[in-house]
Amino acid sequence: MKNIKLFSALLISGTMFLSACSKDDDPVAATTYYQQQDQFGRPAINTVFVTTADKDVFNVTIPSSMGAAFQSKFQTQLLALNSGYTTNLLTLDAASFTGVLATDVLTASTTGVTTFYDGTNVLTGRTLSDDVIDVELTLIFGGPAGSSNPGLTSDHVNSNDKPFLTSFPYVAAPW
Amino acid sequence: MKSKKLLLTGVIAAAVVATGIIYAADHIDAPAVTNQTTDITDMYVFRGENVNNLVFVANTQGLRTPAQTSALKFDANTLIEFNIDTNGDAIEDLVIQGSYDASSDKIQLRGPVAPSEKGLRSKLEGNVLLEVAVTPYAASTPIVATSASGIKLFAGPRDDPFYFDLNQYKAILGGTATGFNNPGVDAFAGTNVLSLVVEVPKTLLGTVTGGKVNVWLETKKKI
Repeated sequence: MKNIKLFSALLISGTMFLSACSKDDDPVAATTYYQQQDQFGRPAINTVFVTTADKDVFNVTIPSSMGAAFQSKFQTQLLALNSGYTTNLLTLDAASFTGVLATDVLTASTTGVTTFYDGTNVLTGRTLSDDVIDVELTLIFGGPAGSSNPGLTSDHVNSNDKPFLTSFPYVAAPW
Repeated sequence: MKSKKLLLTGVIAAAVVATGIIYAADHIDAPAVTNQTTDITDMYVFRGENVNNLVFVANTQGLRTPAQTSALKFDANTLIEFNIDTNGDAIEDLVIQGSYDASSDKIQLRGPVAPSEKGLRSKLEGNVLLEVAVTPYAASTPIVATSASGIKLFAGPRDDPFYFDLNQYKAILGGTATGFNNPGVDAFAGTNVLSLVVEVPKTLLGTVTGGKVNVWLETKKKI
C-alpha cells in the first residue's frame, strides 16, 4: 500500500513535471525556478533615466546587455533634463556619463572606503547615509565645476529621518 | 506652528502614498512590480563595522505607514538575490539568495555561491547556509543569526533609509517649480520598508579583480 502510494506520488509529480517543462532534460525531479521581476543597481536610475514605456523592460534586461540597449536613450533623457549639459564633476561628457549609468550596477570597493561620493572617493559603494540624490543632481545639473544651476543640485534634504545603527543590521528600527 | 506643518506634511505624504505616485529611488518604479512583494526600493553595499566585512542591504515593499507595517510580510514565492560580479564584466560570478519559508517564518540564506543558472532565471543554489526568524514589527531588538563562517543575517521591517524631496523634484519636472526649496521635505519620512541585511566576510567573495565588485539586486518570482 505504501509502495503504491509512493509510486502514484512519483507518477503525479512526474506528470506535472513533464507538462510543466517538457524540454527539460532532468528526468528525476522538477527544479523550481524563479523568474526576474525587478532589479536595482544605483539609486534612482530607472526612475530618472528610463522612459515610462521602457521601465518594465529595463528591469528584466541583464546588466551586461544594458549598455547597448539603453545608453543612447539615457543620453536623450539626460539632455532633456539639462539641455545645457557639457560635462560634469567627473569630467564625463554626455555619452560617457550615460555609458556609465546605463549599466546599472553598484560598484563597491573590497579594499577601501565605501561611499557613493565623499568628495574624494567616487562610486566605491553606497552607505545608508550617503546623500545619493544630491550627488546625482550635481552630476546631472552641476556642470564641470558642480556649481551650475544651483537651484537644482541639491534637494536640501541632507539626512535620513532616523539615525542609523553603528552595528549590524545598521538600518534603523521601523516607525 | 511646527506641529501644523508636520501634520500638513503627513497629510500630503499619506495622500501621495495612497494614490501611489511616488517613484524613487526605485520605489514602485515600474508598472509590473508596483505594490508587489517583488518591488525593490533600494540596495546598499558598504563595509561593515568590522571593515573586513561587506554589508548588503536589500529593501523591498516600501512606503508603508506604521499602520500598514504590521501586515508587511516576505513572500515564499519571491526570491531576493544579490548578484556579485567579481571580474568587471557585469555578469554574476556569485549570488547571495534569501528565500522565505512561511511555515517557520524564517528567511533562509544561500551563498555567496557561484550560480548554476545566470541571468533572468534562477534556482536555489545548494543548501541553506543560515536562517533567521523574521524580526516582528513590535520587537524591541533585531533578531540576528550568525554562521560559523562569520556571515550575519537579519530580516524584518525597518525605517526606509532613503531620503529625497521627491515631490519638489516632480514639480520641477512638471514645470510648476524652477528649483528645490531650502529646506526640502523628505517624501520618505515616517515610512517603512522590509529589509534583508547580510554581512559577509570579504574573504568569502574569493578572488576579486581590481579590489572592486559590481553588485545588483534582483527579485525573482517562483514559476
